[in-house]
Amino acid sequence: MGFLIVLGIVILLVIWVMSMYNGLVRLRNQVKNAWSQIDVQLKRRHDLIPNLVETAKGYMKHERETLESITKARTQAMQAQGVAESAKAEGQLSEALSKFMLVVENYPDLKASQNFLALQEELTTTENKVGFARQFYNDQVQQYNTRIESVPTNILANMFGFQQSEFFQIEVAGEREVPQVKF
Amino acid sequence: MWEIIRVNRRKSVSLIFILGSVLALLGIAIGYYFLPQDPANGIFWGIFIAMVLWIILLLTSFAGGEKILMATAGARELNQNDAPQLFNIVEEIKIASGLPVMPKIYLMDSHVPNAFAVGMKPERAAVAVTTGLMSKLNRNELQGVIAHEIGHITNRDTLFMTLAGVTLGAVVILADLFMRGLWFSGGRRKSSSKGGGIEVIVLAITIILAILAPILSQIIYFAASRKREYLADASAAQFTRFPEGLASALAKISDAQDKNFSKSRTLAPMFIVNPMHSWEGTSGLFSTHPPTAERIRILRGMTSSSSLKAYEQAYRKLYPAGLIPSATLKRSQEQGLVKPEEITEKMDPQKNLREAKDLLHKADGFGVIACACGVKLKIPPQFKYTNVRCPKCGRQHNVSVELLAASIAAGMGTNKNP
Repeated sequence: MGFLIVLGIVILLVIWVMSMYNGLVRLRNQVKNAWSQIDVQLKRRHDLIPNLVETAKGYMKHERETLESITKARTQAMQAQGVAESAKAEGQLSEALSKFMLVVENYPDLKASQNFLALQEELTTTENKVGFARQFYNDQVQQYNTRIESVPTNILANMFGFQQSEFFQIEVAGEREVPQVKF
Repeated sequence: MWEIIRVNRRKSVSLIFILGSVLALLGIAIGYYFLPQDPANGIFWGIFIAMVLWIILLLTSFAGGEKILMATAGARELNQNDAPQLFNIVEEIKIASGLPVMPKIYLMDSHVPNAFAVGMKPERAAVAVTTGLMSKLNRNELQGVIAHEIGHITNRDTLFMTLAGVTLGAVVILADLFMRGLWFSGGRRKSSSKGGGIEVIVLAITIILAILAPILSQIIYFAASRKREYLADASAAQFTRFPEGLASALAKISDAQDKNFSKSRTLAPMFIVNPMHSWEGTSGLFSTHPPTAERIRILRGMTSSSSLKAYEQAYRKLYPAGLIPSATLKRSQEQGLVKPEEITEKMDPQKNLREAKDLLHKADGFGVIACACGVKLKIPPQFKYTNVRCPKCGRQHNVSVELLAASIAAGMGTNKNP
């Protein structure tokens, strides 16, 4: 009888630990998925830029520097590895793009062109999507990290090597978002 | 987020239980009235018929999904090439809300700006907008409205609305059937019965139930949908980080409501602003939506953050009881918001309306011929003649199948109308 009770408790414990472990795996996968969302949007942005530069070139003869800085920022962003580095590079690209949009105001012909209008919508939506995907990713990271830190999951997380994920923070003046506040 | 869904689900279950009880009660009363000599049998058949009616309605709405509702509302499905901006906006909010798949997008032909969402589950959802909405709102306002609708989907309001709507529909149909049946069989039954007193009382109770049940069900149904509007507003602010977008959209939309837009009360809770009233100052028992002025005041009260917490704070200034479950608030992360003055957007309602109408024509299979004088001729798919004359300059145009196909491909996007 006593043996059966002990066995029952052991089985319950095993089930409990398993479900805790599975919960951690689920959260980690959610973080991964959210990151791939950001990745897709960043790629879209990178693909958009040659087109944008090409269209603007014909109208903006005297803005070689602005256009070159966008191309350079794009190359850097594409080469960036890891969350922190790519966040920094993408921040610079955002800055270059917003500078470009300010300059565009001086070229009414460019602004009125059908091709540019379509590109501008694409750029707006891509910027929004990057921002929203980032927000969603950071929410997931927050959940995952909190779970890893809290008792009793932290023991399990240590045992099986679940590591904290990095937030994707872009700090650029005039960005659509203030940095995350933890509490 | 999850607490909101859980609380919503719990409320939905109890609400649908209440609505279902009203339906069963009505079935019992009707069964008892028609078979007074054998009450057990009468009650059984009454409930049985009520259940069958409910199941039939439920199955049709599950099988047809959004298609039946969209067809009822006269909406056409759009594809991505036709409305790139609308698709972009929906995709942005899909990303912000973490919705698993892209909802389908429908367009309704109406100058009244409005929008609604349907969908039993987030994987199978659809949003519909009117041409009026597309013409009157700028990009950020449209984004706010779409975010509100997708908020309904992620909060599982659309599922609840479908279930509640089905039950309400069954009550209304059953009550209606009974009143008609009474009209035709009433005289015969009265003469054949002997136990006068009880008979009359049962009849009276049944009639009162048949009259009250639909009204009662509607009050319950509508009361539940008002809170969900606030919650969807909170979600929209959280998704877009720009509460002013939805606020100014709501102001524009409710200014432009028209009593003739939709006569269907059952569809009313699905829309972003109640189509049954124009500017609602008060919120009565029968309102599906809270007063728009209050919704706007709450959204504009969010001055430093766009999180669920910030919405709750603004909401409590009007209603101290609060709205959002505290567990959700505890986990709600602070997030900044975009101030209205940071955004300047120019828009041309005339041009927007023309583009929205073009979309509608295209969804209906219209061909477009661009005349040299700048006029675009829209050719309906059932057009019989091979030639068409431009109404402005009188040029003759050849209407061939190839030309129609080519003009469909080329005609969109290049808007040269004066």
